[in-house]
This record gives sequence, C-alpha cells and structure tokens, in this order.
Amino acid sequence: MSHGTLSALVILFAAVFTNNVVLSNFLGLCSFLSVSRAVTSSIGLGMAVTFVMTTTAGLNWLVYHHVLVPLGLVYLRFAVFIIVIAAFVQFVEMALERLAPALYFALGIFLPLITVNCAVLGVALFMIIRQYSFLESVAYGLGGGVGFLVAITVLASLRWRIRKSKVPPALQGAGIAVIMSGIMALGFVGLSGLITIN
Amino acid sequence: MTSVLVAVGAVTAIGAVLAALLEMAGKLFADYGDVTVDVNAGSRTLTVEGGGHLLGTLREQGIFIPSACGGRGSCGACKLKVTEGGGPVLPTETPYLSATERADGVRISCQVKVRSDVAIWIPEEIFAIRSWKATLAAIRILRPGMVELRWELPAGERIRFKAGQYAQLKTARYGKVKEEVFRSYSISSSPRDERAVEFIIERVEGGICSTWVCDHLQVGDTAEISGPYGDFVLSDTDREMIMIAAASGMSPIKSILHALEEQGSTRKATFFFSARNMGELFHLDLMKRFEETLPGFAFVPTLTRPPEPDASWPGKTGRVPALIAEMIGDRVKDAEAYLCGGAGLIDGCTAALWAMGMPNERIFYDKFE
Ligand SMILES: Cc1cc2nc3c(=O)[nH]c(=O)nc-3n(C[C@H](O)[C@H](O)[C@H](O)COP(=O)(O)OP(=O)(O)OC[C@H]3O[C@@H](n4cnc5c(N)ncnc54)[C@H](O)[C@@H]3O)c2cc1C
Ligand code: FES
Repeated sequence: MSHGTLSALVILFAAVFTNNVVLSNFLGLCSFLSVSRAVTSSIGLGMAVTFVMTTTAGLNWLVYHHVLVPLGLVYLRFAVFIIVIAAFVQFVEMALERLAPALYFALGIFLPLITVNCAVLGVALFMIIRQYSFLESVAYGLGGGVGFLVAITVLASLRWRIRKSKVPPALQGAGIAVIMSGIMALGFVGLSGLITIN
Repeated sequence: MTSVLVAVGAVTAIGAVLAALLEMAGKLFADYGDVTVDVNAGSRTLTVEGGGHLLGTLREQGIFIPSACGGRGSCGACKLKVTEGGGPVLPTETPYLSATERADGVRISCQVKVRSDVAIWIPEEIFAIRSWKATLAAIRILRPGMVELRWELPAGERIRFKAGQYAQLKTARYGKVKEEVFRSYSISSSPRDERAVEFIIERVEGGICSTWVCDHLQVGDTAEISGPYGDFVLSDTDREMIMIAAASGMSPIKSILHALEEQGSTRKATFFFSARNMGELFHLDLMKRFEETLPGFAFVPTLTRPPEPDASWPGKTGRVPALIAEMIGDRVKDAEAYLCGGAGLIDGCTAALWAMGMPNERIFYDKFE
C-alpha cells in the first residue's frame, strides 16, 4: 500500500475514534443534542452529515488550493467555505428531491440542518491547518462524518435506554444528554493512545 | 487597493458561479412536467402541472378543499386522503393527524407536493363546493361596526348548503392593501335561498377583509365566493338545542333558525346571545318573529356590562354559563349545544357545558379565527 493511501486510512480511523469531531472537538453539538431524541432520525442525520462532509471536504480542498491560494485570498476561507457548503447542500437537496425521492424523505429533511452544522466547516478548516493532501482531506471528511454518525447513534440509543429512568427534573432532556455526552467523551479519550494524527 | 478589489471580485465570482449552478439545477430539477391526479378511484382524472402543492393544484382544477388558514399549514382543515404517490408524511403535517388518520393515508393537502402521479380520495360533498363571481346586491348596517351583505350568484347558478356552513370571500386589492386574501364567513341566510348568500361581518380593527367590506364595498361590486364548507350544521335529532353566540357569531345560528322555521319545527331551542350593552344588540325584530313562528324557541339576549340604572332593560344580565344553569338546569345533559363566536366565549361555555354533564359529541362549535 502506498504511503499516501496508508496515511489517508490512518486519518480516517483517527477521525472516527481518537479525534471524533463531536466528542473531542465538540463541534456540531446543536444538532447532536436536538436530533438524538430518536434513533432513526439520528442515523438519517448521521448519514447525511457523512455525505456532506466527505464531498464538501473534497470541494473545499479544490477551491482552497486552486482558487484561494493562487489568488492570495487564503484569509477569505471562512466565508468561501461556508458559501460552498451552503450552495452544495442546496444543490443536493434539489437533486435528491427529484431523482431519489425515497432517499430525499429519509435524509433530505436533515439537509437544511447541516448547512449550519459547524462540524462541516470545522472539518474544512482542520484539513487546511493540518496541510492534508486531497485524498487525506476526503478521508478526513469521511471519518469526521462517520464519527458524527457513531456518536449521535450511541447517544440516541442511550437516551432511548434511559427514557423510563427517573432523571431529576432539572436535568431532564438536554441536561442529562450533555452529561451523557461528557461521559461518552471520557470513554473516547481512552482510545486516544490507539492512533494519533497531528 | 487592488487586493481589496481582487478579494471582492473573487468572492463575487465564486458566489455568482454557485448561484448560476443552483439556478440551472432549479430549472432542471423543479420542472416536473404534467402528472395525473386520479380522484376517487377513477371517477375523475385530472392532468395537472407537477411541482405545486396539492391544495393549490386542486383549486386550479375547480376542486375546493376547505382551508381556513389559506394554505399556511396552521389550521389542519385541508385534510384529504392520498392513496398513492403522496410520499411519506412530513413533520409539518404530524401535529394535525391522529394515528388512525395516518394509517388511513390522510394528509394535509397544503403540505403535500405533487411530484408524480397521485391518487386521492375526497368526500362527495367537496365536489359540491364551487366558486362564483358574485354581485353585492345589498348592504345593510345592523349596528355600528356590523354589516349584513347579500351576494347574488350569477344568473341561473345555485348554491346548495346546510344551515350553519360557511363560505370564503376573496378580497380585492384596495388602498394600501396590495394582497388578495381569502377569509371565511358563515352564511346567515336560509338554505332555501339558493340564489344568494348573506354574511354578517364585524369590523376588526386593522383587518384586511373586514375593513374592505365595511369601508370600500358598494352595491353592484363583484367578488369571488366559494363554498359551502364546514361541518357545523343542524343535526337531525329531536334533542333540545342550546345556541350560544356573540356579535357576528349570530350568523350561522340565524341560518339554522331559518331552516327550523321552514321545517315547521317544534324543537325546543334557546338562543343565548351575549353582548356588553344594549348598543351591541341587533336583529331583535327577526328574533321576535322566530319566537312567534317556532313554538319551542326562546331568544335570550344578555348584557355582560351592567346596564345604566335608568336604562329600561327588561332582559337578562350576566354571563351565559350562569344563565344556562338557571334556565336549562338539568336538561343540559340531554341537550345539544351550538356555539359560535370568538375563542373566549366558546372555550368558557364548552367548559361550563361539560361540567354540567353535556357529552363532547353533542357540542358543536365554529370558532371565528
Ligand atoms: C369558520 C369561520 C367562520 C367565520 N365566520 C365569520 C362571520 O360570520 N362573521 C365574521 O365577522 N367573521 C367570521 N369569521 C372570521 C373571519 O374569517 C375573519 O377572520 C375576520 O373577518 C377578520 O378578517 P380580516 O381580514 O378583517 O382581519 P385580518 O387582516 O385577518 O386580521 C387583522 C388583525 O385582527 C386580528 N383578528 C382577526 N380576527 C379577529 C376577530 N374576530 N376579533 C378580533 N381580532 C381579530 C388578527 O389576529 C390580526 O391581528 C369566521 C372565521 C372562520 C374560521
Ligand atoms: S390550509 Fe390550513 S393547514 Fe392546510
């Protein structure tokens, strides 16, 4: 296996387990907490995030290296990345609604939520800071998305498990969800020796 | 300086390229072409342009689904059964659908998009709903801020409705109001009078339609009217009736009284009409006539703001629930109630009727909001 593919694979696994966007970077928390009330919608959102993160990581990498760097406009990356993400999500939503209605009803309703998901922007910014190649960026996007999918599905299942438990009134709903996410994050810290990315 | 220009130019260019792509995608994806709508298992087949919402698409085809909120997804009145091609139920519909309705394929038609061929099922009565260009034949001031309008249908046309139902009036643009709106009004005239509909309309401060009606409409003007809608109708039982209304809420009750009069009904009925003071009362002569022609009928106007001591008010005072307890008493349990007016009156009186032992299924109401 070439060195490039290997490092891409390492980055992918690291993004899922040791550098999980949600549980170690604390990005994308609003949809993480609000959608995790039901397992099925969590999986839907997780898949939609995975798709958007993977594709926009690639797109943004191309825009950054072939438009922003040559023009010396690197400082505009925040604004440009957001525009690219928003337009792409809009495009995918339209295409899905028309071409794959079944998929649209399963994932499409989550797409507008994703435009404002900071984890998607976070992935684009990290890949630049860490100077990833194109392949590594796409792998990082995919890993980030799968990491989000894993985290939100686990949290949704936990919330389902405790639905009948007696939670103190002040902690019901978001309160106990935040505490559970914290404990999950601690659990993920235990994996951090496994692989490291810089 | 140039760097600023390059920056602005680059961002604009990126934005423009993306916008152009989206615009093209919109053209490419949003054109659904013609699709067919199958109504009631083949009883009618419509060919319509796809991409719109079911409610509006049907309206263009002359099928008028009731819609109190005009398609904003906030009333739940526009329900109908979609047997094929409706796609899954959307989150905007769930608040208005019960579990049985969902199992039956009932949908909120202003939210469902017509993307492919669909099959729907609608009750026969809906086909009776039509729209006309009606002419204002008479306008009468019942009291300040309350008018009665008579709209005549085009020659040869008839509207068949049940006493208690409502119609929708489409306003024209006037003055500073640049939009045309649809508003619902109960029909106050007799169902026998099929050549016209009458409305009793109250002025609402700053209201688009009621201001147009009170200040701008003149005899001879025309407007679009559709109907009949609604299931607030006279039942065909023999139970004692308790009618409750305030202000323009008298309108559907008046229609029901006309219908009882024409049936030669002897049903026992008491109409409690709530007003703040004597100045808010109207149609007193007509109510007197009903008392003469309907042996079981009594009209009980009541004033909720104590009348001046020197005013000669022979009637009742106070709120309706207390009067029901006093005048109907235990008979409430076996009676039926017809309530009409604002939310305050309806909620207060239904709560009182429950407390007196009237079951839910015998309380009929139309909330004017
Ligand atoms: C089934 C049904 C039957 C109805 N029958 C009648 C009828 O027989 N006679 C009749 O006069 N009206 C009736 N209404 C109410 C009518 O449809 C309109 O809502 C009302 O005339 C106000 O419309 P507008 O365009 O003048 O005001 P809008 O421009 O819609 O409203 C202007 C403002 O007034 C407020 N507002 C709206 N309605 C009222 C109200 N009733 N009292 C106080 N504030 C209000 C609104 O919240 C808004 O802020 C009925 C409504 C329904 C749903
Ligand atoms: S018309 Fe009111 S919800 Fe559809």
